[in-house]
Amino acid sequence: MNNTVIRVDNLENRFGTTVVHQGLDLTLLRGEILGVVGGSGTGKSVLLRSIVGLKPIDDGDIHVFGQRLTALDRRQRAALERRFGVLFQQGALYSSLNLLENVALPLVEHTPLSRHEAEGIARMKLALVGLPARAASQMPAALSGGMIKRAALARALALDPDVLFLDEPTAGLDPISAARFDQLLLTLRDALGFSVFLVTHDLDTLYSVCDRVAVLARKQVLIADTLENVAATQDDWIQDYFHGPRGRAAYANMKENR
Amino acid sequence: MDELVNASGSAPLASLSEDQQLTLSGTWTLAYFHAIRQQLNAHDAKNIESLSLETVDQLDTAAAQLLIEWFGSERMQQQADRLPSQRRQLILSVIDALAVVASAPEIAPRRWLQRRADSLARLGQLMTALVHQQLYLLGFLGVVLTALGRSIWRPGRWRLTATVAHIHQTGLNAVPIVALLTFMVGAVVAFLGATVLTTFGATIYTVNLVVFSFLREFGVLLAAIMLAGRTASAFTAQLGAMKSNEEIDALRTQGLDPIELLVLPRVIALWISLPLLAFIGTLSGMLGGAVVGAVSLDIPFTQFWQIVERDISVRHLWVGLSKAPLFALVIAIIGCAEGFKVSGSAQSVGERTTSSVVQSIFMVILLDALAALYFMQMGW
Repeated sequence: MNNTVIRVDNLENRFGTTVVHQGLDLTLLRGEILGVVGGSGTGKSVLLRSIVGLKPIDDGDIHVFGQRLTALDRRQRAALERRFGVLFQQGALYSSLNLLENVALPLVEHTPLSRHEAEGIARMKLALVGLPARAASQMPAALSGGMIKRAALARALALDPDVLFLDEPTAGLDPISAARFDQLLLTLRDALGFSVFLVTHDLDTLYSVCDRVAVLARKQVLIADTLENVAATQDDWIQDYFHGPRGRAAYANMKENR
Repeated sequence: MDELVNASGSAPLASLSEDQQLTLSGTWTLAYFHAIRQQLNAHDAKNIESLSLETVDQLDTAAAQLLIEWFGSERMQQQADRLPSQRRQLILSVIDALAVVASAPEIAPRRWLQRRADSLARLGQLMTALVHQQLYLLGFLGVVLTALGRSIWRPGRWRLTATVAHIHQTGLNAVPIVALLTFMVGAVVAFLGATVLTTFGATIYTVNLVVFSFLREFGVLLAAIMLAGRTASAFTAQLGAMKSNEEIDALRTQGLDPIELLVLPRVIALWISLPLLAFIGTLSGMLGGAVVGAVSLDIPFTQFWQIVERDISVRHLWVGLSKAPLFALVIAIIGCAEGFKVSGSAQSVGERTTSSVVQSIFMVILLDALAALYFMQMGW
């Protein structure tokens, strides 16, 4: 079986006259966690939105599971997008539904399951991401940041996706919650075998969970490789990023844990 | 078959071999949920000694859940030990998750009497909320008045620019809509009056009807309702957005009084705008009546004006306009107070805005009714 899940070729994205991406290439492999890093405004989130189809691309190609994204009609595309799970930065839980309904919604809408069956699966997913059973009936507004991220992850996992897109999942979490979230992500990836496209600023997350790291700068992917190789690349931004005080601390941490 | 998720691979199959081993094969995913259950229910879990999952080409959490619920957690755990690492982890994670779900206490359905009691409790909550709301508004009014009392003696602290900007937004920009609205209502009242009064041969009293109703009631009432919809909502949304963005807390930490900075200019601006708008509304309503009179009731403008000058005392204008500052205060206070009640989310801004419009329109009409009673009793 082909090992490439997503292939981005020569992608171009513009907002008016501002060019965000130009000639951007990237691949996501089956079962890997790919960390995407870059300075603010380098278009990490735009890249994510282009792949999941929220932003029409201006040029280039995106292949997902070997299918060309722009060549698909609406139905095929919708079928493809169901194999994606997306975790937005603020969680984006539906505020008028409780957690159980949030997770059950895609199941009820996209599968022939009855509401009762869907809620049974939804309860299991909520427990799978480490939420206590009583959280199921709570409204999103009543939750802490860490719980919102977990619940949003449960919703993203509702349809057992093949690819999970995470937009800064640990932003705004305290270091303990963030570390737990990283651990959860690793456990679930090992158990469920999905690929992860992870946009992050969190160096600890990069060091502890990512198999490969892609660096976005100057409208392109500078390098996408293992962390060691990326960190060793001679580029001012990469050197500053990985060998600045925070980068060194995270690196030391990782060494200690291994 | 339905539109399936990940509909690929072959249908799930569970076949029994002679040594009570159940061999599973095919695709065990969410897409085949019902087929999986059917396959499993065809066998009695108690009679099965062991499971063979080697020939399953896909297994997801939903299918694992069905399998575990059918076979039992503990027995499944034993079976999982023989599986390759990833499958074992998947099944163990789902077993753990199901244990958490099972640990939740069952919520008993509410009985009839309890449900009745619930609705009584809701009524009680509603009433106390109403009382608290009125107390809160009175409290807010007090805070605003003390802030006004503090700053009125110090012209250096008057926020002239902000006040003028708010007068521009709430007053000047509302002139066209208020004038148009009252003009149309004036015309409607004239038509109504003419229809009824013609039967008595008293068409000419249409003039008195229009002028009276606009001087005393409609001019100020329509302007106030317009502002309640247009300005109270804007105040709530503006202050609510600032509240949820923590701007108001930022002001407080810098030793600035948000009431003085944000609320006072708005209250004063509305105080000035509403009487002016009410006056414009009154004139425009009378004009609407006059146009209808001239066009379809044979009452020329000059005659209309003569009747106004001869029959109607200017006192009625003062009676009408005297209500404007009160309405303005109520609208501004409700608009700002609701803005300060916003907590956190954008959803809350929407709820508060709705609430502020409903409350301010309600209060304006209530006060107008009370004022009408009062003026009638006083014979003004």
